[in-house]
Amino acid sequence: MDFNSSETLLEHPAEGPRAEDELPQTAAAAVKVVIVGGFGVGKTTLVGSVSEIRPLTTEETMTQAGVGVDDIVGVERKTSTTVAMDFGRISLNDELVLYLFGTPGQQRFWFLWNGLFDGALGAVVLIDTRRLEVSFDVIGRLEERGVPFVVAVNTFPDAPVHGIEELRTALDLPAEVPIIDCDARLRTSSRDVLMALMRYLHSLAAA
Amino acid sequence: MSEADQDWEDQSPERLYVITGGRSGTSGKSASLDLVTLIVSKAGPRLGMQPEHAAIVRLCHSPLSVAELSAYTRLPVSVVTVLLGDLLADGRVVARAPVPPAQLPDRALIEAVIHGLQQL
Repeated sequence: MDFNSSETLLEHPAEGPRAEDELPQTAAAAVKVVIVGGFGVGKTTLVGSVSEIRPLTTEETMTQAGVGVDDIVGVERKTSTTVAMDFGRISLNDELVLYLFGTPGQQRFWFLWNGLFDGALGAVVLIDTRRLEVSFDVIGRLEERGVPFVVAVNTFPDAPVHGIEELRTALDLPAEVPIIDCDARLRTSSRDVLMALMRYLHSLAAA
Repeated sequence: MSEADQDWEDQSPERLYVITGGRSGTSGKSASLDLVTLIVSKAGPRLGMQPEHAAIVRLCHSPLSVAELSAYTRLPVSVVTVLLGDLLADGRVVARAPVPPAQLPDRALIEAVIHGLQQL
């Protein structure tokens, strides 16, 4: 938490959403989708491009137990480390709100936000074909947890181009799991990723 | 003030421990709060309320998710849920639970999401 010593809630009340970002009183329930991917793969970019609000950040403190596996050179004085998760929001109608959470691929971070995947409609695994190996663990964990997901390939200019089926083999994905190309910077492209997830979920519900 | 002192005040888990009175969010009313549970205040802040409680009550004049409350108050979700447990018990705020997957037919819910996304 980046509190300056003078910046307490007493002296500077927490600033809420801008008036135009407020949800209507009719907002009755929310659903969530989790965007999972390695560092720098474009999770926040994807969330930001479809979100109706500027992406927000929630932070949790990881205490000593988790710190041991991090590189803590230079921060020896700290007994804890802060892990951030960015998220965005889409009002689907007057009553239903969709939240998108972008979470790091490492499973040890998932436990910082209790129940992050509980009740989530599904997940998007965002991958960068230059660093495919970081996706293996994520996909395995989601399968174990029974979280339905689609794979979205964020297209970076210098990334090697793989065919979809080549990727499917490399990631050992079942035939029914959708794989889509996207440009996370584009609202329409990010929206299409979410649509692909919803159509997939719809097909699962219909089965 | 030395740098080390500032660290204690600004970032330390101890500061958060003080805000919650040493409680964690694993029991009582706060246990059922999801990141996307929507919170709405029923009344304004009470005089003499802890500033963190008052801030939450003020923010929730329109519905806000637990995650948004965490972001705007710059407190971890685990701390916000403890504070919300107090406010729920006190009747200051109400919680609108996320859609439980079993309640709405899954397909109808997914169709509502698809329809909403098509409007983007």
